[in-house]
Amino acid sequence: MTEASSGVRERPTSPHLQVWRWHVTMLGSILHRACLMGLFVGALILVGWAVALASGHQAYAAYTALLASWPGRLVLLGLTFALFFLAASNLRHLMWDTGRGFQPKTADMITIAGIVFALVATAVVWLIAAQTGGLS
Amino acid sequence: MSAKAGFRTPLSRARGLGSAKHGVGHFIADRVSGLALIPLSIWAAYGGLKLAAGGYGMAVEWLAHPINAVLLSLFIAVGFVHLRLAIQVIIEDYIEGFVAKSAALIANYLVCVLGAALGVFAILKVALLGAF
Repeated sequence: MTEASSGVRERPTSPHLQVWRWHVTMLGSILHRACLMGLFVGALILVGWAVALASGHQAYAAYTALLASWPGRLVLLGLTFALFFLAASNLRHLMWDTGRGFQPKTADMITIAGIVFALVATAVVWLIAAQTGGLS
Repeated sequence: MSAKAGFRTPLSRARGLGSAKHGVGHFIADRVSGLALIPLSIWAAYGGLKLAAGGYGMAVEWLAHPINAVLLSLFIAVGFVHLRLAIQVIIEDYIEGFVAKSAALIANYLVCVLGAALGVFAILKVALLGAF
């Protein structure tokens, strides 16, 4: 009390990650931006694939071998999740743009739904890939 | 002075640093491209599964199909439009300093334009000329 009244009170600063109480919409927001940055690289990987295909048999074989390596697969797995999560998250933002879904319960629910959708869709795609020989 | 002008502080008016009036266009382009990418992304995952199961010849054949060539070109073009807008916002939020921020914004713009041009050209080359 004496401290506060004796001088100029310290102004509140912007909330940083470490002082926030964790909640799922915060995770959704961070994931959204992280996925965007990942997909920036992913888009360039896709362009590289098209260029390799246009460059001929040898270039394509070398490029796809790189993608099929374990680090390559890990990157593609992450990109699959990012692609599906962004699709769901963009839909979520479109809903929010109409002014709907801002009740904490609804906002949490649609965020969780987006994450679950991305996880399930990624698992389904990679299971199909394993079945059809894409992972041989 | 009109009531509307009163909302701006004198300093802000003097600096001329108000809204650049580009916000709405950016917002709408971001949301519409994001919406277009939802079906394109699902199609791309489906296409990726097909391509992963085959080799070079199968990929050339796949891309020679007009629907695949058009949809993949759209996926790349719309994807880079969306990424350019979205990454721009992230850069504006996190990178400080005029020079660093400007450099990042210009690099973002140029990489996206180059990526889209390169991707679409490579697709057209395969689709129109086939394998060599």
